[in-house]
Amino acid sequence: MPTQILMPALSPTMEEGKLAKWLVKEGDEIRSGDVIAEIETDKATMEVEAVDEGTLAKIFVAEGSENVAVNTPIAVIAGEGEDVGEAAAQAPQQAATGDGEAKSAAPEAPRETSEPVIQGGEIIQPDMAADPEIPEGTELVGTTVREALRDAMAEEMRADESVFLMGEEVAEYQGAYKISQGMLDEFGARRVVDTPITEHGFTGIAVGAAFGGLKPIVEFMTFNFAMQAIDQILNSAGKTLYMSGGQMGCPIVFRGANGAAARVGAQHSQDYATWYAQVPGLKVVQPYAAADAKGLLKAAIRDPNPVIFLENEILYGKTFDVPKLDDWVVPIGKAKVARPGKDVTIVSFGIGMTYALGAAEVLAGEGIDAEVIDLRTLRPMDIATVIESVKKTNRCVTVEEGWPVCSIGSEISAQLMTHAFDYLDAPVMRVTGKDVPMPYAANLEKLALPNVDEVIQAAKAALYV
Amino acid sequence: MAKRPAKKAVKSAAEKSTVAEFSKEQEIQAYRAMLLIRRFEEKAGQLYGMGYIGGFCHLYIGQEAVVTGISMANQDGDQMVTSYRDHGHMLACDMDPKGVMAELTGRRGGYSKGKGGSMHMFSREKNFYGGHGIVGAQVPIGAGLAFANQYLDNNAVSVTFFGEGAANQGQVYESFNMAALWKLPVIFVIENNGYAMGTAVKRSAAMAEELFNRGSVYGIPGRQVDGMDVRAVHKAAEEAFAYCRAGNGPIILEMKTYRYRGHSMSDPAKYRTKEEVQKMREEHDPIEQVKRRLLDNSMISEDELKKIDSEVRAIVTDAAEFAQGDPEPDAAELWTDIYVDA
Repeated sequence: MPTQILMPALSPTMEEGKLAKWLVKEGDEIRSGDVIAEIETDKATMEVEAVDEGTLAKIFVAEGSENVAVNTPIAVIAGEGEDVGEAAAQAPQQAATGDGEAKSAAPEAPRETSEPVIQGGEIIQPDMAADPEIPEGTELVGTTVREALRDAMAEEMRADESVFLMGEEVAEYQGAYKISQGMLDEFGARRVVDTPITEHGFTGIAVGAAFGGLKPIVEFMTFNFAMQAIDQILNSAGKTLYMSGGQMGCPIVFRGANGAAARVGAQHSQDYATWYAQVPGLKVVQPYAAADAKGLLKAAIRDPNPVIFLENEILYGKTFDVPKLDDWVVPIGKAKVARPGKDVTIVSFGIGMTYALGAAEVLAGEGIDAEVIDLRTLRPMDIATVIESVKKTNRCVTVEEGWPVCSIGSEISAQLMTHAFDYLDAPVMRVTGKDVPMPYAANLEKLALPNVDEVIQAAKAALYV
Repeated sequence: MAKRPAKKAVKSAAEKSTVAEFSKEQEIQAYRAMLLIRRFEEKAGQLYGMGYIGGFCHLYIGQEAVVTGISMANQDGDQMVTSYRDHGHMLACDMDPKGVMAELTGRRGGYSKGKGGSMHMFSREKNFYGGHGIVGAQVPIGAGLAFANQYLDNNAVSVTFFGEGAANQGQVYESFNMAALWKLPVIFVIENNGYAMGTAVKRSAAMAEELFNRGSVYGIPGRQVDGMDVRAVHKAAEEAFAYCRAGNGPIILEMKTYRYRGHSMSDPAKYRTKEEVQKMREEHDPIEQVKRRLLDNSMISEDELKKIDSEVRAIVTDAAEFAQGDPEPDAAELWTDIYVDA
């Protein structure tokens, strides 16, 4: 039987890609290992090698095609003894593995395509029109979080010579997650600095450079690797101002992907929000939407204090509206009402917002009007905005991907107990990642993470419905 | 001191650290500077015993020649950063002894307003960048200061001190690698006083006799220097500053030195013999060496020397009195200096 070539997944988070170029044509003999096509993912352009051998009978997906979903048949090969014409005449058959409903023997689909998705998998925008920070009539431009982060860094580096970026693969590789794409070309190797894989060391060097008058942006490929450097982050960057009686500020940004990506297992999936949020001397930011990613990163770079800027790999490729303004800065320490409502308050941040907004959408269909608050900054936390909302709704659900013990939700619960006890009509409900190391298996990973349904159930529990 | 196995022709590090003669002015300058540290530290030990100083207090007595010889060779703008055995470095950076002592006693007039303590003091004005309590953490920070120097093209050199104990920390080698890779202007000074707390260097370090070679795989030249002889330190430092300022990248100076006191005030130092300490004091004391040369060569009279002694004592006495009389920080200080106002 002729063998179909499927659009391959070339990264843990890839859902689709562009078939940039065919390097073979119909009728060509293909041997295993031949490079047959170039595919652009959200991170890089990759060469695809043939696995099966035979004659390329037909190309189903023309070069230049964008948004080709993983596992889509892109061509078919007639094997030895098979008829090329017959093979070419076959209609492409969608592979079983890519569908949401996994067949018995097939593995579960990647997390992103299989989680309860609202609005056909589209990311839900926070209520931008109602954002008082954006002047009326401002043009909104669809921008990925990835582009927003790069734009923020580039704008600040243009404005301030003392700002520079350092980290693993930030320069010549154009960023492990392509965040710093193009920055080496614009700013040169002096200001976009590739480091060896040596987190402890380069974090200390960046802290020293900050003490020496510069404003470093340190990119951790992921915050999991920042554990190697956490002594320098806490003890050197976080505490020196205090220990020096106010003399030695450390203007530095530590940024990178935080939390679970997809199928990368326990050592690469941890959410460190609550770890850093506990430390006086650090500020901690975790944006969801691209506009906040851009505005908050600009604020973080300008901030004279160490700022932990927690990104999320799954959000990098998501597109949101970003206001087209010369200098869009979002203040650190301010939460945002992403969706106004009156029946229950759902508080979240970062990728947790996908569950929070998704749940609010479903609840709205059932006549429950949820107010969704995006904390955006975890330290200093804008608890006042949460309290104000709870005074109105009398119920609160917190949502985060991190673990439940001593979580951000724990902190919010305690704060509400202290400051809004008399307003609460139900216990505060926490939706969190499960209290387990992140498993690899697709089904277990899905179980370990929160989901929209859990948020819905928590909201209903708080409403006693 | 400065004895190395004869077999090594390697960069003949120890041999190169020969002693340069000091002028009369230099001898007196070194004498005064080292004596100030000695007397200051003795007073700090006394105040610790009296309960004025709490917590950890690591004295520099015996090692005075190291920081003194280096500070006599540096230029304005060069930075110093070190570990928690830092009082001597601050005095060598010309920080006010009153402010240092008041920090030791946790008073508002201390360099950190009483909030840092013995191990955590800084002076941006004097280019002293601490005062770091985590063993080895100051090494990448020092390399980072050098990174800033290179970025800003300001011709300054970062002098980064650490003990032979810290020389076993991983981040030291991460720093060596990047400092060499990027040719950062940093002098790594290993103050090898023989003991990492209670562990003799031979029990903790492979190739313990050659710590100066620890950067060799990164192409960082190293010198072993008699750290008890301020002239040897000074000469090695001058060469090292010139090497860094010429854009050659980092260099390592291993200072063979000795601390007379325990690791900290609470260390009975039972891991070494009294005889060993006594021998170092009698035969290698850095201050006595200068004093002897000054007197033997009739550069100075006994009276002049006594005058210096009493001047130094007066400075230390003033500092101690200030540090005991200065009020504790206001309770409101608990909540300040956590963030710089954005």
